Amino acid sequence: MSSAHHTAATELTRLDAAEIARRVQAREVSSVEVTRAHLARIEAVEGAGLNAFLHVAADQALAAAAAVDEEIAAGTVRSPLAGVPVAIKDNMATRDMPTTCASRILEGWRPPYDATAVAHLREAGLVPLGKTNLDEFAMGGSNENSAFGPVLNPWDRSRVPGGSSGGSAAATAAGETPLAIGSDTGGSIRQPGAFTGTVGVKPTYGTVSRYGLVAFSSSLDQIGPFGRTVLDAAMLHEVIGGHDPHDQTSVDAPLPPVVEAALAGARGDLAGVRVGVVNELSGEGYQTGVLSAFTDAVRVLTELGAEVVEVSCPSFTYAMPAYYLIAPSEASSNLARFDAMRYGLRVGDDGSHSTDEVMSLTREAGFGPEVKRRIMIGTHALSAGSYDALYGKAQKVRTLIVRDFTAAFERCDVLVSPTVPTTAFPIGDRVDDPVSMYLADLCTIPANLAGIAGLSVPCGRAAEDGMPVGLQVMTPALADDRAYRVGAAYELARDTASGVPFASTIPDPAALETAS
Amino acid sequence: MSDITRSDVAHLARLARLAVTDDELDVFSGQLDAILDTVGRVSEIDDDVPPTSHVAPLTNVLRPDEPEPSLEREVALAGAPAAEEGRFRVPRILGEEP
Repeated sequence: MSSAHHTAATELTRLDAAEIARRVQAREVSSVEVTRAHLARIEAVEGAGLNAFLHVAADQALAAAAAVDEEIAAGTVRSPLAGVPVAIKDNMATRDMPTTCASRILEGWRPPYDATAVAHLREAGLVPLGKTNLDEFAMGGSNENSAFGPVLNPWDRSRVPGGSSGGSAAATAAGETPLAIGSDTGGSIRQPGAFTGTVGVKPTYGTVSRYGLVAFSSSLDQIGPFGRTVLDAAMLHEVIGGHDPHDQTSVDAPLPPVVEAALAGARGDLAGVRVGVVNELSGEGYQTGVLSAFTDAVRVLTELGAEVVEVSCPSFTYAMPAYYLIAPSEASSNLARFDAMRYGLRVGDDGSHSTDEVMSLTREAGFGPEVKRRIMIGTHALSAGSYDALYGKAQKVRTLIVRDFTAAFERCDVLVSPTVPTTAFPIGDRVDDPVSMYLADLCTIPANLAGIAGLSVPCGRAAEDGMPVGLQVMTPALADDRAYRVGAAYELARDTASGVPFASTIPDPAALETAS
Repeated sequence: MSDITRSDVAHLARLARLAVTDDELDVFSGQLDAILDTVGRVSEIDDDVPPTSHVAPLTNVLRPDEPEPSLEREVALAGAPAAEEGRFRVPRILGEEP
């Protein structure tokens, strides 16, 4: 390949999804060329050890891209994102790719159907590149719980990318894909979004179908988009969202107008928007550089015309404890389906063990330590002697959190906080101390417990380590559009002030490819 | 203190069908103890609050009672660890010696 070609290909992997879509649909570049550029980028970056992908479907991606190109040549454009590559977290069922949940127990499993969100991607003419790494069964906040090795943070390869959707976040940040989907149970989209300088959104519970998402904690799990800009995330949100009769918790309501809101926000005016700063989500235990980036971001919102007030949500202090009872309880039930009989791994089936023993041996061999811990915590929390004191109380906390949000949203249109108390931490730092790992979800958990929407948009880098910081914007249920409006207005002001798009300030991709 | 012992972990592992090792009993008893100390803080809240099990504004979601095709047998069996005569093959389920 000539150097001119190489430059053009590299450039394609730096474009945002909206611009790729425009060029492909105007036939300035083909989807096949765009897809080929991203596949080359994946090869280079994965070759350097990023480990964001568990499976790359190069042939299928090129075939899908060619089909889109043909349609466009014939005058049909399936959706505003037709022809744009996308990556899929490996806990969503894909009929033509393995789905492992980063677990040995599902290694090599090929689902017989597509998750609804995946089907929507295909229908809209997006081009699935492959499946991204995650904490096993989405349990974790660092991606170190993957059975197939940790993902590195493309901003600093000695640090974690966050989790559990760390592969989707890192791949988006590193230019392996312009878009990705993830799932967020306690912060698993927003937190890695913050750690990797990408935009990540947890939509309102029930507004993106969970059909085909391998269940972790069903009352909390929510699929959502990643992009390098707020508009890109909004465009992907519109593709994957909507009512689905296959998911009994799917809300039959119109999707909030998120793209319209992102475009409105990018006009740079937040006059009349009431922004609440949550008192309980700052202070002791928060990294200095995170608090200072957050304070700067709030000042920018004020300059854009927003009216900023402080709000108190006193029960948020119990959100993390309640979450780490509710999520494991639901997980202990959901993961009972991995019984070594219908799919996945089977260990000890040599004629000398009973079904019961084969189940226990398989689950022991197939699950990693964090999954085992959560299954046992859930089993304990649901047992007769502990149910009232643990699971029952956690459900009461959930009520208090909903009430705190309701009261806060009477005074405010959106609530803001840092997305995570710290920046991305070094790999290995927290692996032996589960409780310290759980603290990374402190600011994101309340939105899951209440089922509301939350968006994380990069708000600069922490002075002490140079790592990205996230601004979290939370909205009432079914008002996700407000987060996009505020996020897009902030993003524009941020990039106008610095003179360059934040995503482009990631260390030189060439250096990333060649770093040892 | 929640005071989770090795035998507590062994009991939970048995209920959860996890054939944990001796080493794991040591590691998990310390870790589960620390986790339960943290999450046990929920006991501080007022008992006089109704519980919330989910937040979806939905009850009794029904669909029309119309038959739809389900997975073909061979498709359903394709991911099975063992299949025989068009069925899932499982190890013995009764206690007698093989």
